[in-house]
Amino acid sequence: MVDQVIFHFFAALAVISAVLVVTRRNVVQSAIFLITALLATAGIFLQLHAEFLFIVQVILYAGGIMVLFVFVIMLINLDVSLHQVQFNRQWWLGLLLALVVGAQLVLAIVIGESKVSFGAPAPPTALEPSTQLVGHVLFGEYMLPFEIASILLLVAMIGAVVMAKKKI
Amino acid sequence: MLPIHVYLFLSLILFTIGAIGVVTRRNVIIILMSIELMLNAVNINLVAFSRLVGSAEGHAFAIFIITDAAAEAAVGLGIIIAFFRNRETLLGDEMDLMKW
Repeated sequence: MVDQVIFHFFAALAVISAVLVVTRRNVVQSAIFLITALLATAGIFLQLHAEFLFIVQVILYAGGIMVLFVFVIMLINLDVSLHQVQFNRQWWLGLLLALVVGAQLVLAIVIGESKVSFGAPAPPTALEPSTQLVGHVLFGEYMLPFEIASILLLVAMIGAVVMAKKKI
Repeated sequence: MLPIHVYLFLSLILFTIGAIGVVTRRNVIIILMSIELMLNAVNINLVAFSRLVGSAEGHAFAIFIITDAAAEAAVGLGIIIAFFRNRETLLGDEMDLMKW
Protein backbone atom coordinates (compact mmCIF):
# COMPACT_ATOMS: atom_id res chain seq x y z
CA MET A 1 0.00 0.00 0.00
CA VAL A 2 2.69 2.48 1.04
CA ASP A 3 4.74 1.20 -1.90
CA GLN A 4 1.91 2.03 -4.29
CA VAL A 5 1.39 5.53 -2.93
CA ILE A 6 5.11 6.29 -3.16
CA PHE A 7 5.36 4.95 -6.70
CA HIS A 8 2.31 6.80 -8.00
CA PHE A 9 3.43 10.05 -6.41
CA PHE A 10 6.88 9.91 -7.98
CA ALA A 11 5.58 8.63 -11.32
CA ALA A 12 3.05 11.47 -11.59
CA LEU A 13 5.74 13.98 -10.62
CA ALA A 14 8.12 12.58 -13.24
CA VAL A 15 5.55 12.58 -16.05
CA ILE A 16 4.23 16.07 -15.30
CA SER A 17 7.67 17.60 -15.10
CA ALA A 18 8.77 15.76 -18.26
CA VAL A 19 5.83 17.29 -20.14
CA LEU A 20 6.76 20.71 -18.78
CA VAL A 21 10.39 20.23 -19.87
CA VAL A 22 9.26 19.67 -23.43
CA THR A 23 6.64 22.44 -23.57
CA ARG A 24 8.15 25.38 -21.65
CA ARG A 25 9.22 28.40 -23.67
CA ASN A 26 11.98 29.50 -21.32
CA VAL A 27 15.08 27.29 -21.31
CA VAL A 28 15.85 27.96 -17.64
CA GLN A 29 12.39 26.75 -16.60
CA SER A 30 12.90 23.64 -18.71
CA ALA A 31 16.15 22.94 -16.89
CA ILE A 32 14.50 23.34 -13.48
CA PHE A 33 11.71 20.94 -14.44
CA LEU A 34 14.28 18.48 -15.78
CA ILE A 35 15.88 18.50 -12.33
CA THR A 36 12.47 17.70 -10.82
CA ALA A 37 11.96 14.84 -13.28
CA LEU A 38 15.38 13.39 -12.48
CA LEU A 39 14.79 13.62 -8.73
CA ALA A 40 11.41 11.90 -9.12
CA THR A 41 13.17 9.11 -11.03
CA ALA A 42 15.63 8.89 -8.16
CA GLY A 43 12.66 8.37 -5.84
CA ILE A 44 11.48 5.50 -8.04
CA PHE A 45 14.98 3.98 -7.86
CA LEU A 46 14.75 4.14 -4.07
CA GLN A 47 11.37 2.44 -4.18
CA LEU A 48 13.01 -0.33 -6.26
CA HIS A 49 15.70 -0.89 -3.59
CA ALA A 50 18.49 0.58 -5.71
CA GLU A 51 20.03 2.78 -3.02
CA PHE A 52 23.39 3.19 -4.73
CA LEU A 53 21.79 4.29 -7.99
CA PHE A 54 19.57 6.70 -6.06
CA ILE A 55 22.62 8.47 -4.67
CA VAL A 56 24.41 8.37 -8.03
CA GLN A 57 21.33 9.86 -9.71
CA VAL A 58 21.03 12.70 -7.19
CA ILE A 59 24.73 13.58 -7.09
CA LEU A 60 25.74 12.97 -10.69
CA TYR A 61 22.60 13.68 -12.70
CA ALA A 62 20.69 16.26 -10.72
CA GLY A 63 23.91 17.71 -9.34
CA GLY A 64 26.63 17.46 -11.95
CA ILE A 65 25.02 17.26 -15.37
CA MET A 66 22.32 19.80 -14.59
CA VAL A 67 24.90 22.29 -13.28
CA LEU A 68 26.64 21.89 -16.64
CA PHE A 69 23.36 22.58 -18.46
CA VAL A 70 22.46 25.63 -16.37
CA PHE A 71 26.01 26.94 -16.75
CA VAL A 72 25.81 26.75 -20.54
CA ILE A 73 22.33 28.31 -20.54
CA MET A 74 23.63 31.23 -18.48
CA LEU A 75 26.63 31.54 -20.80
CA ILE A 76 24.59 31.83 -23.99
CA ASN A 77 21.18 32.89 -22.77
CA LEU A 78 19.47 34.95 -25.43
CA ASP A 79 16.50 37.18 -24.84
CA VAL A 80 15.96 36.90 -28.58
CA SER A 81 15.25 33.18 -28.38
CA LEU A 82 12.21 33.85 -26.15
CA HIS A 83 10.46 35.60 -29.02
CA GLN A 84 11.18 32.99 -31.66
CA VAL A 85 8.86 30.20 -32.70
CA GLN A 86 9.67 27.33 -30.35
CA PHE A 87 8.29 24.36 -32.27
CA ASN A 88 9.19 23.31 -35.80
CA ARG A 89 6.74 22.01 -38.38
CA GLN A 90 7.29 18.35 -37.55
CA TRP A 91 4.30 18.12 -35.21
CA TRP A 92 2.89 15.29 -37.36
CA LEU A 93 6.00 13.24 -36.61
CA GLY A 94 5.49 13.75 -32.89
CA LEU A 95 1.83 12.86 -33.23
CA LEU A 96 2.74 9.70 -35.16
CA LEU A 97 5.24 8.75 -32.48
CA ALA A 98 2.68 9.24 -29.73
CA LEU A 99 0.09 7.19 -31.64
CA VAL A 100 2.50 4.31 -32.27
CA VAL A 101 3.53 4.18 -28.64
CA GLY A 102 -0.10 4.44 -27.52
CA ALA A 103 -0.98 1.49 -29.75
CA GLN A 104 1.90 -0.43 -28.24
CA LEU A 105 0.57 0.34 -24.77
CA VAL A 106 -2.91 -0.92 -25.60
CA LEU A 107 -1.47 -4.01 -27.27
CA ALA A 108 0.74 -4.71 -24.30
CA ILE A 109 -2.20 -4.45 -21.92
CA VAL A 110 -4.55 -6.54 -24.00
CA ILE A 111 -2.24 -9.30 -25.22
CA GLY A 112 0.87 -9.15 -23.12
CA GLU A 113 -0.42 -9.57 -19.62
CA SER A 114 -2.02 -12.94 -20.25
CA LYS A 115 0.76 -14.39 -22.39
CA VAL A 116 3.99 -13.21 -20.83
CA SER A 117 4.67 -14.21 -17.27
CA PHE A 118 7.73 -12.96 -15.44
CA GLY A 119 7.15 -14.99 -12.30
CA ALA A 120 7.12 -13.70 -8.77
CA PRO A 121 9.54 -10.86 -7.93
CA ALA A 122 12.63 -11.62 -5.91
CA PRO A 123 12.46 -10.95 -2.17
CA PRO A 124 13.35 -7.37 -1.21
CA THR A 125 16.44 -8.59 0.62
CA ALA A 126 17.98 -9.97 -2.61
CA LEU A 127 19.58 -6.61 -3.38
CA GLU A 128 20.39 -5.84 0.22
CA PRO A 129 23.93 -4.41 0.49
CA SER A 130 23.28 -2.44 -2.68
CA THR A 131 26.69 -0.79 -3.04
CA GLN A 132 28.55 -4.02 -2.36
CA LEU A 133 26.58 -5.97 -4.95
CA VAL A 134 26.97 -3.29 -7.60
CA GLY A 135 30.69 -3.17 -6.89
CA HIS A 136 31.00 -6.92 -7.25
CA VAL A 137 29.21 -6.86 -10.60
CA LEU A 138 31.06 -3.79 -11.85
CA PHE A 139 34.56 -4.95 -10.92
CA GLY A 140 33.99 -8.64 -11.59
CA GLU A 141 32.06 -9.55 -14.67
CA TYR A 142 31.95 -6.07 -16.23
CA MET A 143 35.54 -5.05 -15.64
CA LEU A 144 36.32 -4.46 -19.34
CA PRO A 145 33.21 -2.33 -20.05
CA PHE A 146 34.06 -0.35 -16.93
CA GLU A 147 37.53 0.45 -18.26
CA ILE A 148 36.10 1.29 -21.68
CA ALA A 149 33.68 3.68 -19.97
CA SER A 150 36.62 5.44 -18.35
CA ILE A 151 38.29 5.81 -21.75
CA LEU A 152 34.98 7.20 -23.07
CA LEU A 153 35.01 9.81 -20.30
CA LEU A 154 38.58 10.75 -21.18
CA VAL A 155 37.66 11.16 -24.84
CA ALA A 156 34.61 13.24 -23.91
CA MET A 157 36.77 15.47 -21.71
CA ILE A 158 39.26 16.08 -24.50
CA GLY A 159 36.40 16.68 -26.94
CA ALA A 160 34.75 19.22 -24.66
CA VAL A 161 38.04 21.09 -24.17
CA VAL A 162 38.68 21.18 -27.92
CA MET A 163 35.13 22.34 -28.64
CA ALA A 164 35.36 25.21 -26.16
CA LYS A 165 38.55 26.61 -27.71
CA LYS A 166 38.57 30.21 -28.88
CA LYS A 167 38.92 29.45 -32.58
CA ILE A 168 37.55 26.32 -34.14
CA MET B 1 7.28 -4.00 -5.67
CA LEU B 2 4.37 -3.28 -8.00
CA PRO B 3 3.76 -5.47 -11.06
CA ILE B 4 6.53 -5.03 -13.62
CA HIS B 5 4.33 -3.61 -16.38
CA VAL B 6 3.58 -0.52 -14.31
CA TYR B 7 7.26 0.40 -14.41
CA LEU B 8 7.46 -0.44 -18.11
CA PHE B 9 4.52 1.88 -18.84
CA LEU B 10 6.08 4.70 -16.86
CA SER B 11 9.34 4.31 -18.70
CA LEU B 12 7.55 4.09 -22.06
CA ILE B 13 5.64 7.30 -21.36
CA LEU B 14 8.75 9.20 -20.28
CA PHE B 15 10.66 7.90 -23.32
CA THR B 16 7.88 9.04 -25.67
CA ILE B 17 7.74 12.49 -24.13
CA GLY B 18 11.50 12.79 -24.61
CA ALA B 19 11.30 11.57 -28.21
CA ILE B 20 8.50 14.03 -29.02
CA GLY B 21 10.66 16.78 -27.54
CA VAL B 22 13.56 15.75 -29.78
CA VAL B 23 11.52 15.81 -32.99
CA THR B 24 9.39 18.90 -32.35
CA ARG B 25 11.51 21.45 -30.49
CA ARG B 26 13.80 23.93 -32.24
CA ASN B 27 16.03 24.96 -29.36
CA VAL B 28 19.15 22.77 -29.31
CA ILE B 29 19.58 22.87 -25.54
CA ILE B 30 16.03 21.57 -25.03
CA ILE B 31 16.71 18.81 -27.57
CA LEU B 32 19.71 17.75 -25.46
CA MET B 33 17.56 17.81 -22.32
CA SER B 34 14.97 15.61 -24.05
CA ILE B 35 17.72 13.11 -24.85
CA GLU B 36 18.61 13.07 -21.15
CA LEU B 37 14.96 12.33 -20.39
CA MET B 38 15.00 9.37 -22.79
CA LEU B 39 18.18 7.92 -21.26
CA ASN B 40 16.63 8.31 -17.85
CA ALA B 41 13.51 6.41 -18.92
CA VAL B 42 15.69 3.51 -20.05
CA ASN B 43 17.31 3.45 -16.63
CA ILE B 44 13.93 2.92 -14.97
CA ASN B 45 13.45 -0.17 -17.14
CA LEU B 46 16.81 -1.63 -16.22
CA VAL B 47 16.40 -1.04 -12.51
CA ALA B 48 12.87 -2.46 -12.47
CA PHE B 49 13.98 -5.70 -14.15
CA SER B 50 16.96 -5.87 -11.84
CA ARG B 51 14.59 -5.71 -8.88
CA LEU B 52 12.37 -8.38 -10.45
CA VAL B 53 15.20 -10.83 -11.05
CA GLY B 54 17.04 -9.99 -7.86
CA SER B 55 20.48 -9.39 -9.35
CA ALA B 56 22.51 -6.20 -9.48
CA GLU B 57 23.56 -6.43 -13.13
CA GLY B 58 20.89 -3.98 -14.26
CA HIS B 59 22.29 -1.47 -11.81
CA ALA B 60 25.71 -1.81 -13.44
CA PHE B 61 24.19 -1.15 -16.85
CA ALA B 62 22.31 1.85 -15.48
CA ILE B 63 25.63 3.21 -14.20
CA PHE B 64 27.11 2.79 -17.69
CA ILE B 65 24.17 4.69 -19.16
CA ILE B 66 24.64 7.52 -16.66
CA THR B 67 28.34 7.67 -17.62
CA ASP B 68 27.31 7.84 -21.25
CA ALA B 69 24.83 10.64 -20.53
CA ALA B 70 27.54 12.63 -18.77
CA ALA B 71 29.95 12.25 -21.69
CA GLU B 72 27.23 13.12 -24.19
CA ALA B 73 26.19 16.22 -22.23
CA ALA B 74 29.78 17.46 -22.02
CA VAL B 75 30.51 17.03 -25.73
CA GLY B 76 27.06 18.21 -26.82
CA LEU B 77 27.20 21.38 -24.78
CA GLY B 78 30.71 22.04 -26.10
CA ILE B 79 29.39 21.73 -29.63
CA ILE B 80 26.52 24.08 -28.79
CA ILE B 81 28.92 26.71 -27.42
CA ALA B 82 31.13 26.47 -30.51
CA PHE B 83 28.11 26.68 -32.80
CA PHE B 84 26.69 29.66 -30.96
CA ARG B 85 30.01 31.48 -31.17
CA ASN B 86 30.10 31.04 -34.95
CA ARG B 87 26.45 31.47 -35.97
CA GLU B 88 24.80 33.43 -33.12
CA THR B 89 21.79 31.14 -32.97
CA LEU B 90 20.46 28.22 -30.97
CA LEU B 91 17.89 26.93 -33.43
CA GLY B 92 18.34 23.36 -34.53
CA ASP B 93 16.92 23.85 -38.03
CA GLU B 94 19.59 26.43 -38.79
CA MET B 95 22.31 23.86 -38.19
CA ASP B 96 22.53 22.99 -41.89
CA LEU B 97 26.21 23.50 -42.71
CA MET B 98 26.62 19.89 -43.79
CA LYS B 99 23.34 19.66 -45.68
CA TRP B 100 23.36 19.75 -49.45
